[in-house]
Amino acid sequence: MEDKAIQTMSRAIQVLRVRPDPLIHGRIRLGIVSALAAGEQLSFGDLKTLLATTDGNLSMHARKLETAGYIECLKSFVNRMPKTEYRLTRKGRLALVQYLGQMEQMLALARQVN
Amino acid sequence: MKYKQTPVSSGTQAAEHLRFIREVMERTASFTAVPGWSMFVVGLTALPVAFLAARQPTTDGFLAVWCVELALALGIGVVGLRRKAHRSGFSLRSGPGRKYILNMTPALVAGIVLTAALWQQGDPGLLASVWLLLYGAATITGGISSVGLIPVLGVLFMALGVLAVLLPLDHWVLAAGFGGLHIGFGLVIARRYGG
Repeated sequence: MEDKAIQTMSRAIQVLRVRPDPLIHGRIRLGIVSALAAGEQLSFGDLKTLLATTDGNLSMHARKLETAGYIECLKSFVNRMPKTEYRLTRKGRLALVQYLGQMEQMLALARQVN
Repeated sequence: MKYKQTPVSSGTQAAEHLRFIREVMERTASFTAVPGWSMFVVGLTALPVAFLAARQPTTDGFLAVWCVELALALGIGVVGLRRKAHRSGFSLRSGPGRKYILNMTPALVAGIVLTAALWQQGDPGLLASVWLLLYGAATITGGISSVGLIPVLGVLFMALGVLAVLLPLDHWVLAAGFGGLHIGFGLVIARRYGG
C-alpha cells in the first residue's frame, strides 16, 4: 500500500518536472497551432475569427511561432490585395503532439491519485 | 472558449487545456468541413446533365434527368464530407460535417416537397427557381459557421434563382449554378481549405 503511494508520488513529481512547451502554452498560440493542425492552411482572417482575437495580438503570437519554426507564413496577392496564410510545420505538429501527451499524462495521473 | 494560462499543476487544468484544443480543432474543422473537390466534381457532372435535361421533350424527362443528378450529387457530397472529416480526425456522425448536413437539410427537404407539388400540379415553370433559391438557402445555412466563401456561394445561387423567376432562361441558369458555381467555388475551396 505504502509502496503504491510512493510510486504514485514519484510519478507525480516526474510529470510535474515536465514543463509544457512555453511556446504553445498560451491561449492564442495553442489555439493557432490547434487550428492549423485541423485546418491545414488558414488565412490570417480565418484564425482571427476562430480565436476571437485582435489583429495585433494574433500577429504578435503568429510571429513568435513562425520564428520558432512551428508555423510557416505564406504571403500572396489576391486581386492586388495582400493575403497572409499560415501552415503548421512538422516541428509545430510534433510540439502539439508532445503537448497533448503531457496533458494526457497529467490527467491520467490525477485520476490515479483520486 | 474557457482557458486558463497557468503552469499545469492539476488534472483539472490539464483537462481544461485538452478541452480547449479539442474545441479549437472542432471549430476549425467545421470551418473547413465543406468538401471542395466534391463540389468541383458535382459541377462537372451538372454541366452535361443540364445539356441533356434541356433536350428532354417532356417535363417528366427533364425532372428524371435532374433527379439522377441529385442522387449522384448527394453520393459525391457525402463521400467528400466523409473523407474530409476523416482526414481532420472527426466522425461524420458526431463531428462538424454532421452540423453542416443538418443545417442544410431543412431547405433541401423543402425543395424536394415543392418539386413534387409543382410536378403534380403540372407547373414546371418554377422548378428551376425553386431549386436554385432553396439550394442557395441550404448553402447559406449549411455554411453559416464555415469559411466566408460558402454563404457567398449561397447568395449567388439565390441570385440565379431570382433570375430564373424573372427570365425564361431555366436551362442556362441551372447550368451556370449547379455547374459553373460548383466548379469555380469547389476549386477555390479545395485549394485554400485542404481539399
